[in-house]
Amino acid sequence: MYEHDVIVVGAGGAGLRAAIAAHEEGADVALVTKLHPVRSHTGAAEGGINAALQEGDSWDLHAYDTMKGSDYLGDAPAIDTFAKTAPEEVIQLEHWGMPFSREDDGRVSQRPFGGLSYPRTTYAGAETGHHLLHTMYEQAVKRGIEVYDEWYVTNLAVTDHDDPEDRECHGCVAYDIKSGKIEGFRAKGGVILATGGLGQAFDHTTNAVANTGDGCAMAYRAGVPMEDMEMIQFHPTTLPSTGVLISEGVRGEGGILYNDNEERLMFEYGYANNDGELASRDVVSRSELTEVNEGRGIEDEYVHLDMRHLGEERILDRLENILHLAEDFEGVDGLDEPMPVKPGQHYAMGGVETDENGETCIEGLYAAGETACVSLHGANRLGGNALPELLVFGARAGYHAAGKDMKAAEIDTGPSAKSEAGDVHPPVEPGAVDAGSEDVAADGAAVEPKAVIENAVEYERRRVDTLLESDGVNHAEVRAEVQETMTANVNVFREEDGLEQALRDIRQARVDYEDVAVADPSRTYNTDLIHTIETRNILDVAEAITLGALAREEFRGAHWRAEHQERKDDEWIKHTMLAWNDGTPELYYKPVILEGDEQTYEPKVRSY
Amino acid sequence: MSTQIEQKETETEEQETEPEVESPGERRRAAKRQRLAEEEAQRVAEEETLDDDETVHLKVFRYDPEVEGKQEPRFDDFAVPYHKGMTVLDALIYARDRYDSSLTFRHSCRQAVCGSDALFVNGRQRLGCKTQLSALEDPVRIEPLPHQEVVKDLVVDMEHFYDQMEAVEPFFDADELPEDDLEEQRQSRENREKVKMSTRCIWCGACMSSCNIAAGDNEYLGPAAINKAYRFAMDEREGEDRKQERLRIIEQEHGVWRCQTQFSCTEVCPKDIPLTEHIQALKRESVKNNLKFW
Ligand SMILES: Cc1cc2nc3c(=O)[nH]c(=O)nc-3n(C[C@H](O)[C@H](O)[C@H](O)COP(=O)(O)OP(=O)(O)OC[C@H]3O[C@@H](n4cnc5c(N)ncnc54)[C@H](O)[C@@H]3O)c2cc1C
Ligand code: SF4
Ligand code: FES
Repeated sequence: MYEHDVIVVGAGGAGLRAAIAAHEEGADVALVTKLHPVRSHTGAAEGGINAALQEGDSWDLHAYDTMKGSDYLGDAPAIDTFAKTAPEEVIQLEHWGMPFSREDDGRVSQRPFGGLSYPRTTYAGAETGHHLLHTMYEQAVKRGIEVYDEWYVTNLAVTDHDDPEDRECHGCVAYDIKSGKIEGFRAKGGVILATGGLGQAFDHTTNAVANTGDGCAMAYRAGVPMEDMEMIQFHPTTLPSTGVLISEGVRGEGGILYNDNEERLMFEYGYANNDGELASRDVVSRSELTEVNEGRGIEDEYVHLDMRHLGEERILDRLENILHLAEDFEGVDGLDEPMPVKPGQHYAMGGVETDENGETCIEGLYAAGETACVSLHGANRLGGNALPELLVFGARAGYHAAGKDMKAAEIDTGPSAKSEAGDVHPPVEPGAVDAGSEDVAADGAAVEPKAVIENAVEYERRRVDTLLESDGVNHAEVRAEVQETMTANVNVFREEDGLEQALRDIRQARVDYEDVAVADPSRTYNTDLIHTIETRNILDVAEAITLGALAREEFRGAHWRAEHQERKDDEWIKHTMLAWNDGTPELYYKPVILEGDEQTYEPKVRSY
Repeated sequence: MSTQIEQKETETEEQETEPEVESPGERRRAAKRQRLAEEEAQRVAEEETLDDDETVHLKVFRYDPEVEGKQEPRFDDFAVPYHKGMTVLDALIYARDRYDSSLTFRHSCRQAVCGSDALFVNGRQRLGCKTQLSALEDPVRIEPLPHQEVVKDLVVDMEHFYDQMEAVEPFFDADELPEDDLEEQRQSRENREKVKMSTRCIWCGACMSSCNIAAGDNEYLGPAAINKAYRFAMDEREGEDRKQERLRIIEQEHGVWRCQTQFSCTEVCPKDIPLTEHIQALKRESVKNNLKFW
């Protein structure tokens, strides 16, 4: 058993920031991550990091834009904390040597981004995330923070009190990918989940192959509710063959969208008369798909994004990376031809329910970054708000877990924050079936930390043995079933029948997963085994997304419903919560907090 | 000592004739010309290009230290249906998911930023996700990176590479920071341009694997680590003292002077980092630095 004060699971932007904060607070901290830190998906971010740095801009404008962008599903305490702290976090990165793009006077540059009332997006070329990730990893190296890389965390060691709010997290179980060894990790201060996105629940996504929603699924099964899972952001400009992202920066610089008739669709068909191509992501995504559905798409699949008129000099100066992406992954030269694009899954606004200090309703269990939902982005995330989120809330989780005295949270978590029961009648009984279900809390009435961890380790060793020894279906088939139905039915456009079909398909996939087995018998670097365990997590998050989407009978932000074409503020300014409840998901609601310490937000109509 | 200095001076002279750093536009046009030329040469060689209903033949290196029957390294053949835009990584994933789930390789981002799928493809270090099958000759031979210990199939042990990266103290260490927490350290645009290419490294290890010197001298820091040192040594925001320390690290016996300017690292780097040029620049800095003390 390994022991540390704080264990951070995942070493992308959120995990690294949390680890550095915990270290600053004097804790002995370790990063446990399935990829080497510099391989994390934060490295793929292109566009930038929002922070109100300049005179003329201010944190409350940033907060206001974020709340409006969220379509009034964000929580004011989270949004205010975020907007106030982002500037110091960004400057700190700069002090750590991050190579930001610069103005003539040597200060960091800022540019306009969709949904922002001020050009407050700082950036480093079109590869901001790469530089952020590497800069933070360098700082972790400087501090000598211990890293267990290529260790896959499979389970949390949590006490098994009936009420999740009485449970305590003492550590986790991880699997050394290189050797196959399964070990317990004890955390005296806390475990911080920073495992990133869940894009692999869909088959067309900008996310990395490693983004399988592990943290969400593990916390969910340990008893932490998942919040607003239906809120999935689709990005309007991804390359059709791979899902590789073409940054919003292209439209920001003046790129134009054309349909097969070479019409400028955003204007010609009046999807967004004022903002055109720069309307928010959900609007542009729906416009593109409408073109395709109405027969004006190219090859019945995509539209064109043209930046040729911007001129070679400007493109090379600001969008050089885009040329490489289009060339390498689609074989298209962006200087000579328009680029093919279509919407793709991009970001999970929902996730593990946390308060502003990053803590969940289980004592000692934290979450930060894309896997968490402190409820900053609500129903729609503004471009450039995810990176500052992982800085601000990653740091807070790290400090808190390391024992820093923090102001009590204003956001309530756990089942007792419930306002009303949910009402959804899925066509099939959702929830886990036998092989998939697992007692996440330790067996017996164990509460002594070491015993809780040992039990969890025992459980994992048995699970892995069983998977390696039995014969059965390959996880890839099950994964494909889920991914295909999610893309077909729980995509940009959502209809009741389709959502119910998706639930039936996911249920079938669960049944199929009962017979899953790993064909590779080796303990050395067994990726077959890892992917099999990940697929289990994909099942849980896909079901949560779909159930949430079926329940929310309105149209808000990224969540479009054929049968419900309006935002219903009277009824729906509330968070969708889903609790595991021994494998039978329980749906309930929690109020949205529109009133902050300093300002109160009034819902306004979104128009373009 | 004096001979060493002489040697360094010759190196410096050679430098004068090196081409100036190209602009991104020129670099890109050169790369495109090269790519078109390669594709054309291949078209001529094959007299045809791949069609959507054709099959690509993969010859994939296999090895598992643990499983009987796989302990002897061998090549497995896979026939993968081709579609336009398909990359080496796509083909490997297809082979793994449809034919043999034990086929093992690293990958994650599929977009040339995570650096985890550097492989030896048709005799050259490349990122699997960034290499179009249409640019390769059939059969496509896929092996793990040379000069690294193979863990299993296409997975190599990266520990040594990481150790070398860490040996150069790869972190920013500014002399003094502005007093105000909300005030940045100014950096000129020129200085940012100077270090820009060096900051693009994704730690894929292709350069190290292609380097003859690194293959023969296990302690040689190698191109990626030296490039990392360049990134900080050339950053105007770190002070003179720190720069001295950085130069001391790269001047050591297994540092920059081992480089024999063979350019193999520069040729394979998927991020087009002018590695050899950066190594030469550090040699120059080091000479200048030593002259100061004479
Ligand atoms: C293509 C793209 C472009 C983007 N551009 C922008 C942008 O311009 N601006 C912006 O603000 N946001 C952007 N985003 C969003 C933002 O980049 C992400 O939300 C953010 O980087 C996620 O960071 P993270 O630290 O939460 O997760 P990640 O960086 O994905 O890190 C997850 C970590 O968890 C580890 N992990 C996962 N599961 C396990 C497990 N079971 N055991 C152990 N370790 C595990 C992984 O190894 C990894 O280290 C973009 C996203 C994408 C996909
Ligand atoms: S310098 Fe280039 S080849 Fe070497 S590790 Fe970095 S990206 Fe890879
Ligand atoms: S998969 Fe990330 S670099 Fe190729």
